[in-house]
Parts: sequence; C-alpha cells; structure tokens
Amino acid sequence: MSDTGETRTPSRMATDNRWYDLFSRGSRDWLRHNEKVRETVKEELPNLISGSDVLSRPSDRTVQVPVRFLEHYRFRLRDEQQEGEAGVGQGDGQPGDVLRRAQPGDGEGGSEGGSGGGELKFVLELKVDDIVDWIWEELELPDLQPKATDALTDEDLIQEGWDKRGPRARLDRRRTVKEAIKRRSVQEEGTAFSNEDLRFRQLARRKRPATNAVVAFLLDVSASMDETRRKLAKSFFFWAMQGLRRQYGDVEAVFVAHTNQAWEFSEEEFFQASATGGTVASSGLRLVRDIFNDRYDPGQYNQYLFYASDGDNFGDDRRSAEALLAELGEMVNFMGFVETPQNPLEAAKSEMGRLFKALEVRDYPVGSFTVHEEGDIWDAIREFFRQQAQEAA
Amino acid sequence: MPFGPKTPMSNAELAEYTPKLEDLARSQGLDFYPVDFEVVPPSFMMEVAVYGLPVRMPHWSFGVRYIYQYIQHRMGGSRIFEVVFPGNPNRAYLVNNNSLAENTLVTAHVLGHADFSKNNELFARMQSQVGFHIVEQAAERAHRIEEAIAEQGQQRVEAVLDAALALEQNIDVNFGINRPAFPERLERRGARDERPREGGFRGRFGQLPGEEGAEHAGSGGGGRAPIPPRPEYDLLWFIAHYAPDLEGWEQDIFLSVREESYYFYPVFACQIMNEGWASYWHARLLREADFLPQQLYLDAIKAHSDVVRPHAGEQSVALSMNPYHVGFQMWERIIADHGLETALRLRSEEDDFSFVRNWLDEALAEELQLFAYTTRKGRGGEEQYVIQDRDIHALREAMLHPKFNYGAPRVYVAEMGADGSLRIQHDYETDGRGLDLERAHKVLEYIHRVWRRPVQLVTVDGKGKERTLERG
Repeated sequence: MSDTGETRTPSRMATDNRWYDLFSRGSRDWLRHNEKVRETVKEELPNLISGSDVLSRPSDRTVQVPVRFLEHYRFRLRDEQQEGEAGVGQGDGQPGDVLRRAQPGDGEGGSEGGSGGGELKFVLELKVDDIVDWIWEELELPDLQPKATDALTDEDLIQEGWDKRGPRARLDRRRTVKEAIKRRSVQEEGTAFSNEDLRFRQLARRKRPATNAVVAFLLDVSASMDETRRKLAKSFFFWAMQGLRRQYGDVEAVFVAHTNQAWEFSEEEFFQASATGGTVASSGLRLVRDIFNDRYDPGQYNQYLFYASDGDNFGDDRRSAEALLAELGEMVNFMGFVETPQNPLEAAKSEMGRLFKALEVRDYPVGSFTVHEEGDIWDAIREFFRQQAQEAA
Repeated sequence: MPFGPKTPMSNAELAEYTPKLEDLARSQGLDFYPVDFEVVPPSFMMEVAVYGLPVRMPHWSFGVRYIYQYIQHRMGGSRIFEVVFPGNPNRAYLVNNNSLAENTLVTAHVLGHADFSKNNELFARMQSQVGFHIVEQAAERAHRIEEAIAEQGQQRVEAVLDAALALEQNIDVNFGINRPAFPERLERRGARDERPREGGFRGRFGQLPGEEGAEHAGSGGGGRAPIPPRPEYDLLWFIAHYAPDLEGWEQDIFLSVREESYYFYPVFACQIMNEGWASYWHARLLREADFLPQQLYLDAIKAHSDVVRPHAGEQSVALSMNPYHVGFQMWERIIADHGLETALRLRSEEDDFSFVRNWLDEALAEELQLFAYTTRKGRGGEEQYVIQDRDIHALREAMLHPKFNYGAPRVYVAEMGADGSLRIQHDYETDGRGLDLERAHKVLEYIHRVWRRPVQLVTVDGKGKERTLERG
C-alpha cells in the first residue's frame, strides 16, 4: 500500500444529501418477505383455515392469520437441552450467583439478526375471496357449470336486424340516412327522404343461461349430531358456499334443520339450532322441495342441495325419503350428502348413505362425502366440485 | 434519551471542527486515509446498519432484519451513532438528528477507526484483497444482481441468494480471495521426490505446461486427484467453482457474497480492539481539542460515558459484555502501563483472539466485572444463568467462543463424487455437538438448488449418533 500521495487529499464533510430520504431498500425487501409469506400461507392454506375461525363471523369478508417471520436458515449448532449454554456477562455478580431474566425476550443481539427470527409475529389479513381463489388453484378445482341453456333461462331483449316499420322511438337515424344516400346515388333527382328509407331497430327475445343460484343446506340436528359433527358440517357448508359464490354472482342460501320436523332458519341461528327428537329425513327434504318450488323457479335458478347428517333415518321413513330425493334429484344441478358417521367403518352403509348411493347409480347428479375430521373436508370439497363439473359436462 | 436534537445541529461548526480534529489526531501519531463524512437521516442509517453496506444486494432476509431494527428504533431501544466503511477514502455516515456534541464525538471516533483499519494487519490484508472502494464495489455488485433479476426472474436469483447468503460465514480467510483451482491429476511420487519443492509462483510457472508432458504421458501420469484434496472450509468458493451446472450469473452471485464476507471479516474479528481503540481516541482527542467550546466538550463526554458503560443504565448486571467498554478499558490500561508506542504496535499486529488472550488479565477482568456463566433450567422450566468461577482462561475462551470460525459451525466439503454429488461434513468433534438438524436440512435444500446433484451432510444428533442428511 503506497497511497501516501492520496492521504493528502483532505477529508470531506457533506451535510445535506436530501436524496437519502428516498432510500427504502429496507421496506422493499420487507415487502418481498411479506410476499413470500403470502405464498407460503397460500400453500398451507387448506390446513391453516380448516379451523373454524373463519366461520365464526361469516359476514366479515376477511380472515386474520397470525404468521411468523420467515427465517433465513443457516447452519447452527443444536440448542443444548440441559445445561451448558455458555456466555459472558458484565456487572455485579459473584461466582455461584444465579440470575434470571427480568423481562423475557428483551433485546438480545440487534442487527446480527436472522437467528432471532420467529419471536415477533404479525397478522396477515386475507380476503376470503382471495382465499377461495387460492384454494381453487391449489386443489385444482374446476369451475362450475351452470345448467345447459335449454333447461334454464332468463329472457333478454336484444337487438337483431332492422325493419321498415316500427315505433318512432326505435327509428335508426344513421341507418335511415345511409339508405337515403344509397337511393339518391342511383336516382337523378330524388327527394331528400322517403318512407322507403326509414329503418327501425328490431328487437328479439332471446334466452340466456341463468346465473342465479340457490343452495339449500339441510342439517340433521337430532341429538346424535353432536357439537363436533355440526362443526364439520358447518365447515363443509361454508366452503361449499364460498365455491358456489365464486361461480355465481348471486347465490342465495336456504338453511333448513330437521329432526322429525323441519324448520327454516336464518344463517346466524342455523348452526346454533339443536333439538331432540327422532330423525325423519323426509321432513327436511319436503321443506326444501317446497321452498324451491315456491321461491326459486327451477327455470331461473341453479339449485344445489347439501344434506349433512350422521346417516341415520327412521326405517318407516325410507319410502318417503327415497321419493323426495328422486324428486329433488330431477330438479337440482347437484345434490350432496355429507356424512359424519357415528362409526367410521360404517360410512356409506348407513340408511341415508344407501339412498344416496342408489340414486347415484341411477345417474342422478348426486354425490356422497364422508367426513370424520377437519382434514377430510378438503377432500370432500374437492370431490364435490370435480363431480359437479363432470355432471354438467 | 438525554441527547435529543434540542439545538439543531450546526453543520457549519462540524465541518469546521473536522479538519482540526484530523490534524490533532495526526499529531498524536494516528495515520489514516482521508474520510468522506456524510450526514444522513436516521432512516438511511438504519438501512446501512441492516445491510452492512449503503447499497447492497436485495434479499428478503434483510427485510426481516430491517423490521426488527425498525421496531427497536421505534421503541427507543437502539440508537446508531455512526457507521464507517474502511477504504481509501473511508466513508463515514453520521446521523442528522444527533446533537453537534454527539457528532463531534462521533467524528473523532471515526478517525480512530480509520487509523485502525489502515494499520491493522488483518484489515490491511483483507482491504488489499477486496479493494479500497467497498461502497462503490458493493453498489456495482448490487446493480449486477438487479440485472440478473430482470433477466432470470426473481425466483431464480432469490434461490441463489438464499444459498449464498446462508453460507456467508463459511469462508476460509487463511486463503486469499483469489485461489488457484485444485490440481486435477495426482502428482507422480517419483517426480516429487527428485526435485526440491518449489512454492508460489516458481512452483507453478517454473516450467511451462507441456514441457513435462511427454514424460508424464510415458508413465501414464498420476490418477485423478480427489476433489477437494483436503477438507475445504470455503463453501462459497467451492460451490462457485465446482458446482456442476452453475451458470455464470450464479457464480457471480456466490463470488459477490464471498467478497463481501471477506470484507466484513476483520470488522468481526477485531470488534473489541477496534471499538475500544476508536473509543479511546474519541475520548483523548476531545480532551485535547482546545478549540472546542467547554459546554460542547461536557456534552460530548456525557455521550462518551453512555457509549462505554458496561451495561444499560438502570441495570446492575448484563448477560452480555459491551465491547466498547471492555476494549476502551483495555487500551487505557495498555497505554498507561506500556506507553503509546506499544499500543500502536499492538493495534497493527493483534486481533481479538490474541488481544484478549495476551492483554486481558485477572485483575482487569475483575475490575471490569466480567464473568462467565452457563445456563440451566430452573424448577419452573425458566432459564437460569449461573455465574462461574473467576477463572481467567475460561473467561477468555467464553469471550472468544462466539468468534471462532466467523461465528459459524465448522462445516467443510469432504468429497465430490465422480457423479457430481457433494458430501459436506460437520466437524462435530471440534464444535462439541451436532447441528440443529431442522435448520441443517433447510440449508442443505438451499445448497441443493444450486448444486443440482445429490448433496449430503454428516453431523450428529442429540445422542451423539452420526446422522446423514440428504437431498436430491
């Protein structure tokens, strides 16, 4: 190093570099970190939110997910389990003294960071709609198909061609002038306009596929449906609803609970409802059918029905239930049976399970899903949407 | 904080004091390259502290550190007075909301650092290797990485940075920054015995390639040499040069991280000495600067005692030591007992390892109330810290322990297979215990993404049983 010549250069003191205020590489990298967290959360989403925090306030369209900072991993020795993490301290202490931390987690190693990650948490707010989109990508779920056009229609008036007669309000001036110019170009001394030139817009009635949807959630609330089973049903219903909402601009939901009778509830009351009494599925099915017929014209609405129960039904009710299911099967886009069985081994062998299976065999748009625990819900949801897409195809 | 921006700092005065402080420093025997001082807003300072350099490569992990720093800053927990980057010129940053007294103190402090980095042998060796314009060089590298992001996409560049930055400490400073590749063929036994071994330049170029060729070809030459021929601790270098399918821009990133790591090493390995030296000199220069107003001197000295106190004011004991305090006291003692000449020699020759082992004696350790402790779990599962006997050897080793091997576990490349596979070995006997397996797995994953062939890591688990982690 022979820089003696340069050392004579005087030092500089620059005191106003306003542009430094514009620096924010820290926040740029912080945003990148958050983006990565979102990606991670996205991958883990089905696990993270199968819990029902999301469901407790369905009116909020956002979910808050607590997340940890990502750690940039480095080689590190394992933490000593028992004894012997050594260090050097300073201050008033004698050999043998035992010290404790006054405030836990208080300011160790500032900028030598990375290793300290995971102590602070922050909350990521996610939109339910985004979550649903992510899940759809993640589970590779197909988009739903509305019913084929001939079955289900709204009417629209659309413009279609021109006519020489019509109400004045539909006179197409531009078109009329065009006709006049055409005529005059071949006539020696034509009048400015003649009745022949007039053109009126023609309207036609056209049918278009309906994008309205109604989904009925039918829940068995008899005593055998305990808290856990209802929660499972609720989770399934919630995500099925989100999926339908993603497809149809406008989904209406109908909530029906039944024992040996059936009642319609508001969404809030629905999951609280509990009752004693036997299980007569036909009571619920009948109420759903009536509601569909009264309020949701099959010509106007894509109809869905989900029925959640533990599968039991009174033997005497078999015939009515079977008939009603067949009737509903003719009407709806899809009918799903969510079974939360009492005995895991008896899934789909239950009374209701068999009825649904029988319809499925006869090519009705029907599916059954067995749900034992939260994790099964995603399989069920995936199954439902796949099946639904196939039915419609 | 006792030193708010009560009186707006007068930059004119600071600019006036600086050359006078420099003259004073030179007259006392300090020797340094010029310093480019800049007064910057605290937000900028915070970023410099986080990135280690004013402009550095982008990576999400800096974002995490940034938020920690930001929160600490907001809670009033940490204040950064000054950052200086050694070079020619040095570059120093002061904060614009510190008082004039504080910034005058900091200016003197920076001159101490500037002297240290020019004269300390470790600093000088590293500086001559990485160049004297680290700020510009790092900015240039950051720029190249930005370009790589534009060309290769964020994901790919990030994967390379994930790996390279994770291995930041895994270099081997015993070798120069530019190293020749390993020999590909084994030396022939006979040839080696006949001639005296010649090292360095002559050894490599004394004979032109091909001169020996015929002889070698006749005897079939040596076999394929093992790569690496001996344990290789510089993982960044090894991966940069031997990863089977590494592309040019990826190698560039690895070498960039490695170069910055060489640059940071002396700061890390001389922290106690260097901070102590700068603190000693800011105190001394201010004491002798008769051109400073009396009140400013008093305010500055108050700031000084805040910097070099052993632990936070309201506490009587801390579970860490303040290198400013320990270093400052050690230099004071050395200069009092052995004179300035000796001190100037020591600042050139030593690093923290030799400095602490040679110059921290029992009496001083007791005076500084230094103690070694170990942890144990209390009955309620809470962490307890048990103060150990005042054995000076144990204390020194406990102080230096976090500094060995750049503060990282000792991990080396043991073998590269003919199929390009990589075996990394953890030197668990030296480190005394195995790696944290979960983290090791993740790091191995980072490495695998750039190595692109099977990678293995050997360490031990909690029971001392050998474990081999694998990827690919």
